[in-house]
Amino acid sequence: MARPARLELLERRLLFVTGKGGVGKTSIAAALGLLAAQRGQQTLIVEIDAKGSLRDVFESAALSFTPAPLAPNLFGMVMNTEESLKEYLRLQMHIPFLGRIGPLAKSLDFVATAAPGVREILTVGKIAWEVRERHYDLVVVDASATGHVIGQLAAPEAINDLVKVGRVRDQTRWMLDLLSDPLITGAVVVATPEEMPVTETLELVDRLEAETQVPLASVVVNKVLPELFGRGEQEVFDHLRTPAPAARLAAAVDGPVEPLLDGAQLAVTLRRTRAEHITRLRNELPEDLPLLYVPYLFTRTHGLRATHTIAEALGAELGF
Amino acid sequence: MPRSATSSAPASGGLQSLLASREIVITCGSGGVGKTTVAASIAAMAAAQLGGKVLVLTVDPARRLATALGLEQFGNVETRVPDELFADAGVSPRGELWAAMLDTKESWDELVRAHAPDATTRDTILANPLYRNITGKFVQSHDYIAMERLYEIHRSGRYDLIVVDTPPTRNAIDFLEAPERMADFFSSRLLRWLITPARSRLVNVASKPFYTIADRILGSQFLTDIAEFFVLFQSMYDGFVERAEAVTRTLSDRRTSFVVVSTLEDGPVREAEFFITELLRRDLNLGAVVLNKVLPEWLTDEAAGEVAAHLVRDHDALAQTLTTDDADGMGDPAQVSRVLREVGQSYLDYRVVATREREQAVELASHAGFMVAAPYLDHDIADLTGLLALGQRIW
Repeated sequence: MARPARLELLERRLLFVTGKGGVGKTSIAAALGLLAAQRGQQTLIVEIDAKGSLRDVFESAALSFTPAPLAPNLFGMVMNTEESLKEYLRLQMHIPFLGRIGPLAKSLDFVATAAPGVREILTVGKIAWEVRERHYDLVVVDASATGHVIGQLAAPEAINDLVKVGRVRDQTRWMLDLLSDPLITGAVVVATPEEMPVTETLELVDRLEAETQVPLASVVVNKVLPELFGRGEQEVFDHLRTPAPAARLAAAVDGPVEPLLDGAQLAVTLRRTRAEHITRLRNELPEDLPLLYVPYLFTRTHGLRATHTIAEALGAELGF
Repeated sequence: MPRSATSSAPASGGLQSLLASREIVITCGSGGVGKTTVAASIAAMAAAQLGGKVLVLTVDPARRLATALGLEQFGNVETRVPDELFADAGVSPRGELWAAMLDTKESWDELVRAHAPDATTRDTILANPLYRNITGKFVQSHDYIAMERLYEIHRSGRYDLIVVDTPPTRNAIDFLEAPERMADFFSSRLLRWLITPARSRLVNVASKPFYTIADRILGSQFLTDIAEFFVLFQSMYDGFVERAEAVTRTLSDRRTSFVVVSTLEDGPVREAEFFITELLRRDLNLGAVVLNKVLPEWLTDEAAGEVAAHLVRDHDALAQTLTTDDADGMGDPAQVSRVLREVGQSYLDYRVVATREREQAVELASHAGFMVAAPYLDHDIADLTGLLALGQRIW
């Protein structure tokens, strides 16, 4: 699928942020949302897996299905398939008396366990609806991890294949139009420069293109370690680690220097290993796919302050 | 009464005695913490040190891990890890190491083959588009089938120890509940409702509103498809419910232990705590907590921290001192100065992270009695030697 040339990431209206567990999906989704909001876009962030990570990165009160303000121009909500079903029935099917359909709501869990894609379509459907109704300029989805996101994003197509008539089929058609439009929707895959996350990212990129219609927008490389030494400095450092210079340094500072030198060596090695993974990622991804780099944060916690720092880093990468 | 004391008390002699006294060890934890690697590594150690037949059942191993285990095609079929690999690692194993990967679709098919009442039902189910969608694309089915497969292998008695790497679940406890959910589903009233119209045109009063709505949303053809599928599946009802209950029993059996794997980052620690709480609440056996990728302790050394601050503050002056009577060719003072500053700053940066990690470890330790830590490796594990080395550290 052709990627529109130089379409700015935040000019789209729907971004699905995904990636292997533990790579910092929520932080990146939050920072993208914050960045858009700071630039004046009315933005909604949707947390799919109700783990409460989104409220943590904004240090906000507990979030629910009803969007709540997180920052100026920025709102957050947590996906809830049962609420989504109720809203759908109320708004689309004009069935306001929920008491009457008690068995349906109560049994949703059972239906969802068995009938393919019920949960997935209620999730994707709610998101697509928010985009279609233009309640926000941008909807950023803190989507599921690698294993589950394909099922979610492919749900409208799967349902479309299975259900030949009826309201649901009409519904999935507009969802598919919206989800497959590269001017509207984009998937952002988050990776860290480690072996498994890079491998899974490459697999996910292939599967997104093969099994869903959602266009790939960007890959974010998170937790990139800083380069310690410039040209010539590595030699100076290597020399400094030899016994005589290390002893002289210890004498000059009047304290232990071994942990520092070992620490710097560890940092250099980690950086070098990770650089190899970044190279592999860059070499194997489609050439026209933009990569954004976010530095590793040596911070105490991962609250609002870290989210602002990441938003700044992403802003710089996007040339703002 | 706090219930942790008896049923969930961790084994006293470390991982070694835990593995020696259990038949099933299930590793769990959030994504990216190295669960699969830890599972493979403790299985390799058990095979090498304790003997017997050990199986590591993994969900989605890195290709490198498959290679490390000497397995090119890593499939649903259990494969023996060749002894030469142990020899290459300088180990002569007392037992055998076997490995298998969970292929969700293949496992479901096997289950259907085992429980279908006759060949026609079996073939119709296997060919049904709904069935193929459920087993292939949608996520809940992985959790159940992983536990089901574990049960099946355990019951076969082919192995002394089975180490299972759990699937990456949306929620770490999903797979624990999967067998119950599956049994619930097959016993549910809803299923009966779904099946009703296919069995008779008589729709009873209770289910009528459900059908009216479902019909408007889904269309009657789809409903008929679903119903047909469930009628077929219903024929396997007894087998399924019985199996699901047996799987649940196996999970809570004394011979089964859970090992929670976590790094010391915020997210994984929170998930590990949640998981520990859930295990205890369910009276399941928490065997150990394995902390992976832990930064070395010396990064929090106080005196070294002061030296680092000194370097950052006075790097120019210190560089002058070191380069003035330059007996051993230190080099350009400006470069030395930059190196000193970087060394100091890097230490301070990593100290922040290492300190945070130590706090997290203390907090986790308050939930779990028995904890082992594996260091941050500056390389990826690429062979059995690496797996055994990691195993050695947490043994």
